[in-house]
Amino acid sequence: MTLKIKNPGLATSIQDLGRIGYFHLGIPLGGAMDRYALRAANMLVGNDEGAACLEAVFMGPEIEFTQTATVAVTGAQLPIKVDGEYQEAWTSFVVKAGQTLSFDFLQSGARIYIAVSGGITTPEALGSRSTYPIGALGGVEGRAIQTGDELPTGGSEGPGAGRTVSEPLRRKPGTPASLRVLPGLYWHRLTDEAGAGFFEDEWKVAPEADRMGYRFKGGRPLEFVDREQPFGAGADPSNIVDGCYSYGSIQVPGGTEPIVLHRDAVSGGGYFTLGAVISADMDLIGQLQPHTSVKFEKVDMAKALDARKERKGMLARIREELV
Amino acid sequence: MKTRYTFGGDEHVYVEMDDEMSLDAFFKSLSMSNAVRDAKIEGVTEICPANASFQVRFDPDVIAPDDIMAKVKELEHKAETAEKRLTTRIIEIPVFYKDPWTHETLMRFRERHQDPNGTDLDYAAKINGYASVDDFIEAHHSQPWFVSMVGFVAGLPFLYQLVEREKQLQVPKYLSPRTDTPKLTVGYGGCFSCIYSVRGAGGYQMFGVTPMPIYDPEQKVAHLKDFMVFFKPGDIVKWKPIDRAEYDAIVAAVEDGTYVPRIAEVEFDLDEFNADMRGTNAKMLEALNDA
Repeated sequence: MTLKIKNPGLATSIQDLGRIGYFHLGIPLGGAMDRYALRAANMLVGNDEGAACLEAVFMGPEIEFTQTATVAVTGAQLPIKVDGEYQEAWTSFVVKAGQTLSFDFLQSGARIYIAVSGGITTPEALGSRSTYPIGALGGVEGRAIQTGDELPTGGSEGPGAGRTVSEPLRRKPGTPASLRVLPGLYWHRLTDEAGAGFFEDEWKVAPEADRMGYRFKGGRPLEFVDREQPFGAGADPSNIVDGCYSYGSIQVPGGTEPIVLHRDAVSGGGYFTLGAVISADMDLIGQLQPHTSVKFEKVDMAKALDARKERKGMLARIREELV
Repeated sequence: MKTRYTFGGDEHVYVEMDDEMSLDAFFKSLSMSNAVRDAKIEGVTEICPANASFQVRFDPDVIAPDDIMAKVKELEHKAETAEKRLTTRIIEIPVFYKDPWTHETLMRFRERHQDPNGTDLDYAAKINGYASVDDFIEAHHSQPWFVSMVGFVAGLPFLYQLVEREKQLQVPKYLSPRTDTPKLTVGYGGCFSCIYSVRGAGGYQMFGVTPMPIYDPEQKVAHLKDFMVFFKPGDIVKWKPIDRAEYDAIVAAVEDGTYVPRIAEVEFDLDEFNADMRGTNAKMLEALNDA
C-alpha cells in the first residue's frame, strides 16, 4: 500500500515520536510538535501510538490511496474531505482504494496529524522516521514530502470508521494561549523588574515560528543584571559561554524577542535562557499560528509535574474510550 | 570555579562548572558528564557535555526531579578527584584558508559585518593585533585545539585552542547572522573555532574551508562508515593549511573512497599541559607526524 502525494501542502513532513540519544551530537529529538495529537491519531486507527504520521502545517496535502485504509486527522481545525465529502476530525474514517484525501482552509490551530492504519513505513534513521531536514535524516530522503512521492504504509485496513475522541479530550491552546514556564537556567541574568515584566506582558507569535523554535514579539525588552562578561562569552549581556539548550528553553537574544526552542532545536549556543516551557505545554506551541496572543505563566516544579500528570491522564482516558 | 545547578523545565538538569571558559571547566564538565553516564541512572535519556557546562535530560515519570538532581550533585566529588587525563586522538584537518567559496559568501553578507571594507580574516587579524592576515592564519593553525563541544546542528564541533589565555584569538560573531554558510566552513566566534558540518545559517566569522567531510547521514564517506558524525568532545585537532591543488586532490580522494584522515592516539594530561603547554603540544604533534 502506498500514499500517492498529489500535492504536499505547505510543509508536510513524516513525524513520529522522534529519536532519543543524539542531542549531544547536535541531532535533536525531532518528531511531532504536538505529540498528544499524534498519539491520539494513531490510537484512532489502531496503530502503535508512536507510529509515523504526516504532520502538515497551515495547509493540508492531497493524497491518493492505493488501498483501503482507516484514517484519522487530529490537531488543528482543517476541514477534511474524502473525494470531496467532509469527514469529522478526531474520528476515524475509511478511505477506499482510489479515493483522495484533501483539506479545506485552516480554521484554527496550526498543525494536523494524519494517521493511516499500518503507519507510514519509510526507512528509519537513528531509530526514527521523523524528518530532520537540516541533517538530511528521516522522512523521504531526509526531506519533507513532495508531489509525486509514494509513501509506503504498513498496509492494514485498520479498525474502520466511527472511533472518536470525545470533545473534552481534544486538547488545544486557550485564548490567549497560556504557556507555563519554569524559571531556571540563566534566570539570574535578568533584573527582578525584567523577570516580572516577562510574565506580565502579552506576547504575540512572530512570523518566524517553525519546528526549530517559536519567536515572540510585543513585550517589553528585558534588562540584564550588570556584570563584566566572562571570558569566552561574547560582549552582549545576553551572551554566555556556549552551552546546551533544553527543549522548551527560552532564549532572548539582545533581550528583545524570546525564542522557545522546539523539537528540531539547535542543541546549544551562546545565548542565555531564562527557563523553559514545561513539558506538558510543548504540544500547545505546535498549535499556535503567527500573531496569536500568548501569556507566559510562571509555575514551580510541583505544578509542572501536576500538569504533566494531567496530560498523561487525558491520554489514558483516550485509550479507555477507544478500547 | 563554582558549580551551579539548575533545572531546564521539568525534563533537564543543567550544570554549569564555571561562567567563563577554561580548560579546567571543560575537563570538569567532561569528567562529570562521564560520571553521570557511568552511573547508569534509570530515567536518564540524554547526557550532553558542553564547553564549561553539561545537561542531563531525564524522564520525570521514571525519576523525580529532586532525586536526579541529588544524584548528579553526588557525582561532583568524583569529577573533582578524577585524574585530569584523557586517552584521545589527535586529528589533522586540512584547511584551505582564503578560499573562493567563503569569500563569495562573506562578500554577499558584507552589510551584516563589523568591517564592510575587508574580509573576515582582515578584520580578525586587525583586532587581534596581527601585522598581516598570514601571521593571523599561522596563529590559528600552529597550535592544536580541543573539541570542547559537539552540537548546534548535527556533528558541528566547537574547538578551543591549547594556548595561554592571553594568546587566545577572540572575534565577535557577525552583527546579524548570515542566512548562508558553505558546508565545511572553518569559522570563528568568541574564543571558539568551529567547522560548519552542513550548509546553512551562521554567525561565526569565516576563515576557510576543509575538504574533509565530518557529517554524512548516508554514511558513504569511508571514514564515516561506522558512524555519521566524526567528532566527539575530547578530540584534539591540528589544522593543516593547504592550497587549491591539495584541496582538489583531497576532494577527489574523498570522492573515490581513498581518503584516510591522519589520526594518532595520544594521552592528554591537564596538569602536564598547564606546566608546559608548548612542550605538551609538541609531543602530540610529533605523534601526529609519525602517524
